[in-house]
Amino acid sequence: MANPLQQFEIQTLVPIKLGAVDVSFTNSALFMVLSVAVTTLFLTLSMRGRALVPGRWQSLAELSYEFIAATIRENVGSEGRRYFPFIFSIFMFILLGNLLGLLPYGFTFTSHIIVTFAMALMVIVVITVIALMRHGLRFFTYFFPPGVPIAMAPILVPIEVISYLSRVVSLSIRLFANMMAGHTMMKVFAGFIIPLGVFGWWAPLAVDVALTGFEFLVAVLQAYVFTVLTCIYLHDAIHLH
Amino acid sequence: MSEGESPESLEDLDSRLRDARAARRPTASDATPGGAMSGFGMALRIGTELVAALIVGVGIGLVLDGWLGTAPWLLVVFFFLGSAAGVVNVYRHASGFGISPGYRKPGEGEDRQDPPRGS
Repeated sequence: MANPLQQFEIQTLVPIKLGAVDVSFTNSALFMVLSVAVTTLFLTLSMRGRALVPGRWQSLAELSYEFIAATIRENVGSEGRRYFPFIFSIFMFILLGNLLGLLPYGFTFTSHIIVTFAMALMVIVVITVIALMRHGLRFFTYFFPPGVPIAMAPILVPIEVISYLSRVVSLSIRLFANMMAGHTMMKVFAGFIIPLGVFGWWAPLAVDVALTGFEFLVAVLQAYVFTVLTCIYLHDAIHLH
Repeated sequence: MSEGESPESLEDLDSRLRDARAARRPTASDATPGGAMSGFGMALRIGTELVAALIVGVGIGLVLDGWLGTAPWLLVVFFFLGSAAGVVNVYRHASGFGISPGYRKPGEGEDRQDPPRGS
């Protein structure tokens, strides 16, 4: 049976060495580039007509724009509009990464925790910088709200800081685990089809067909969840309760 | 287009705009991140929050231990702090305080979907 984890292996396509650091162009990097390229092509080509009554492709592009704009409006408020490019880029990058990984011979870069961790870390760093820029040192009342007895500080501050930092981990684990678990499950069931032979082949095949549909749902939903959580953290950074 | 008709249609447009804007105001129920998900999704999220805080706590403990040479004491301390943070995360999430750090009164977290304009 084929190894169900083989799909996650990193293959070097173009070996590049920068000093002692290995910065080779891998299949993961290829699909990241593809994700960006497909997003750019999709948005520029579909909006080229600039028709007042949109065609199929243009309305697809407008739908994705409207969708993220509504998400930001609902979760961040009107101040969130200036961060639209940031949120929209994150959403399209993850969405295309998830969907391109569903193609045969595709590679899902969001199924590697280091990729999702880096994205989550970037999100939290950007949002913390936004909060610091908007509120200055008042941002640190996040970790020690006024009115709390000073004796509580040694326990309260570390707990709050850990709670704040755990956003990075929970954000990255959620996306990575969903993508990896689904893809592994699909390969495991696919591996049963041939060994079960003439009589049993249809059962795992049926499961795989169902799983394929489910994977499309998960791919879109997880991109959305990542985006919504980014919006909620952005709301906290802007309003600071 | 005649003179008498135009202000009327503008008023009409105004009222229709108002209606459209009112319809756009989000309702509290459909915008919560857990709202659209099932109970299973909620359980999965809560589990992730719990484990994530624990990972961060243990990670900080290990790094500080390696740096200060106090193994294993800081690991022990931060393991418990991480568990506490995980429970705090879960409590905040489950009781509808939202998932932000910091303390607030019950129900206050619900204003997230309808933030005050210009505050």
